[in-house]
Amino acid sequence: MTEANREAVSDAGLHPDLIRAAEERRPRGRSLWQDALRRLGRNHAAMASLVMLVVITFLCFAGPHLLTDHPLDRVYWDRVAKGPDFERGHWFGTDGNGRDLFVRTLYGGQISLMVGLAATLVSLVIGVLYGATAGYFGGRIDNVLMRIVDILYAVPFIFFVILLFVFFDRNLLMVFVAIGAVVWLDMARIVRGQAIALRGKEFIEAARSLGLSGGAILVRHIIPNLLSPVVVFVTLTVPQVILFESFLSFIGLGVQEPMTSWGVLISEGARRMQQAWWMLAFPAAFLAVTLFCFNYLGDGLRDALDPKDR
Amino acid sequence: MTAAALDPSLDPGHADDPGAIDARSAADAAPILTVRDLRVHFPMPKKSILARDRDVLKAVDGISFDLRPGETLGVVGESGCGKSTLGRAILQLIPASGGQVVWQGEDLTGLSGRAMRDRRRDMQIIFQDPLASLDPRMTVGDIIGQPLRTFAPDLSRQARRERVLEAMGVVGLLPEMVNRYPHEFSGGQAQRIGIARAMILRPKLVICDEPVSALDVSIQSQIINLLMRIQREFGLSLIFISHDLSVVRHISHRILVLYLGRLVEFADRDALYASPRHPYTRALISAVPLPDPDAERNKQRIVLPGDLPSPLDPPSGCHFRTRCPRATSLCAQTVPAFEPTGPSQWTACHHWHDPRT
Repeated sequence: MTEANREAVSDAGLHPDLIRAAEERRPRGRSLWQDALRRLGRNHAAMASLVMLVVITFLCFAGPHLLTDHPLDRVYWDRVAKGPDFERGHWFGTDGNGRDLFVRTLYGGQISLMVGLAATLVSLVIGVLYGATAGYFGGRIDNVLMRIVDILYAVPFIFFVILLFVFFDRNLLMVFVAIGAVVWLDMARIVRGQAIALRGKEFIEAARSLGLSGGAILVRHIIPNLLSPVVVFVTLTVPQVILFESFLSFIGLGVQEPMTSWGVLISEGARRMQQAWWMLAFPAAFLAVTLFCFNYLGDGLRDALDPKDR
Repeated sequence: MTAAALDPSLDPGHADDPGAIDARSAADAAPILTVRDLRVHFPMPKKSILARDRDVLKAVDGISFDLRPGETLGVVGESGCGKSTLGRAILQLIPASGGQVVWQGEDLTGLSGRAMRDRRRDMQIIFQDPLASLDPRMTVGDIIGQPLRTFAPDLSRQARRERVLEAMGVVGLLPEMVNRYPHEFSGGQAQRIGIARAMILRPKLVICDEPVSALDVSIQSQIINLLMRIQREFGLSLIFISHDLSVVRHISHRILVLYLGRLVEFADRDALYASPRHPYTRALISAVPLPDPDAERNKQRIVLPGDLPSPLDPPSGCHFRTRCPRATSLCAQTVPAFEPTGPSQWTACHHWHDPRT
C-alpha cells in the first residue's frame, strides 16, 4: 500500500489496527511454478503416481542389496525356468538360464529407468530449445534448423547406432546418446509448430514492445506457453524409449549380458509365455505400472501448468 | 483549469478536460516525436515462380506529423487504412520501408535491435484485445512487473512488488488481484492491467491501438477517463488510434485522418469537427450517431458508395476518388497536395473549397 493510499484509508475513519491487519494480509507474489506445484499437490492421482515412481526407483536401485541374496548372474542349474519359489527366495521364479528373476527385474529396472530419464532429458532440453528457437525466430534460421532435423530423420536409426559404436567405445553412455539423438527430433518438430502458433500472438508483440530481447521472450513467454504439448509428448516418449532400448539390446547393440533391462526381459518372456508365464508377467507388470505412473504424473503436470484449469 | 476560467474562449465546451489546455500552452514546445514521410510497404508473395515482380502493399505511404509533449493525437480511418501499422511502425515493431521517426532528436529507423530496446523504456503501447496482449501463464503481478525486470533488473523483489502494487492502484486494480491470471478478468480489467504494464516505467509516449473497441460501451468510458487522468498526472503524450469518432473527439487534441495509408486531413479537434474540409472526413463525421433522436433522424448522412478499394491496387491520383462525390478527372491524374486549409488544418484534396459536399 502506498503512502497516499494509506492516508486515504485513514481519512475514511478506519482504526489503525485495521489498517495494519490489512497490510499484513497483503498478498505475497506467486509464480506459475509455485502455483503449479500447489495444484499438483492437490491432484491425488498424480501424487500417488509420484510416490509409486519413487518406490519403484528405490526398489530397483536399493532392492538388489537389501531384499535378496541372489546375485545377478548366478545360475541355479537345478532351477532352470521354474515358477516362483518362496522357500529359496526366488520370488519371481527363475529365467531360462536358471537365474533369479527378481534380482534381474530390479537390475533391469535400473537400466530402463535411466534410459527413460536420460532420453527424456535430452529430448526436453535439446528438442524444446531447438524447436522453440526455430519456430519463434522463423525465416532463415527456421529453414536451416529444420532442414538439419530433416536430414537426421532420414538417417536410418540402426545405421546411425552402428556408426556410433564403431567410432566410440561401446558402453551404456553410448546407448543413451544414440536414443537421445533420435527422440529429440520429434520433440523439436512438435515444439516448432507450437512456437509458430505462439509467435503471432499479441502478448509476444507486447513483450517486444516492452524491450525484451529475443532470447528473453523465448524463455519467459514462448517456452512456458508450449509446456502442455511438451509434457504430454514426454509421457509418450518414456515408453517409446524403453522399448527402443530393448530393441537395441535384442539385436545386440544395447546392454550386454549378464546385465539386462525390462525391455530385454519382456522380449525373452514373451517368447516363453506359454511355458513360463512369470518370465513375462513380472517384468511386464513393473513396466506397465511405471508407464501408468508416468502418464498420470504427466497429465497432472499438464493440468497444473495450465492456469485456466483450477 | 485557471486558464480556462480566465479566458472562456480557450475551451468552453470542454472545461472538464484540462488536458486540452496543457497541450495548447505546450504548442510552442519542441515536438517529442517527429514523423517524416513514413512508409511501410509489405512485399506480397510472387503470384507465380515466373512472375518478374511482386505486388507491394503500401500499408503506410508517406505520413508526416509532429507530436508535442502532453498532447493526444487521434488517428482515425476505416479498418484496413493503416492505422495500426502506423502505430507499430513508430515503435519499430514493424520495420519502416522509408522515412524517419525522430524521437527526442534521434532517428529510430536506423537503430540496431539492442539500441532500440533501450529506447522502449519511454514509449509503450496498449493493445486492442486486452486479454490477448497478456501472457496467459503469468500472474498479473508478473505481467505488470515485467518491464521492471527488463529495465531495472537490480530492483529487489520487494521493491518491484511495491512498484507493481502502486501501478495497480493507479489504474484501479485491487492489490489482492496480484496473483490472479489474466483469464480471470473481464475485458475492462484486463485493459487496466495492460495500462498498468505500459505505465509502470513512466513512459513519455503511449500508443493506444484501439484500446476500447473490444470493450462494452459502459467500460469504454471508464478506460477513456482513466487514460485521460493518467495523461494529466504524468504529462504523457498519447497517440490514440480508433475508428470511433466520438471517442477520438473526447480524448484528442489534434486528429489525423487516414485513407488507404495516406493522410487525408490533419487538424485541431475543434476545427476538424466544426469544418471538415475533406469529403472523406465529412462522411466519417456524418456517420457518428447523435444523442438527440430528432437530430439523428433529420441529419444529413453522407453515404460513401462502394467499398474500400484493395490496398494492393489503389486508385491512381487521389486514392479516395472512386468513392468521392466531388471527384473530377483531375483527381485521377494528380495526387492532391497536403495543403493548409485553415489556421491549424491541413487537407489533401483538390476541391476542398468546393461548397458542395
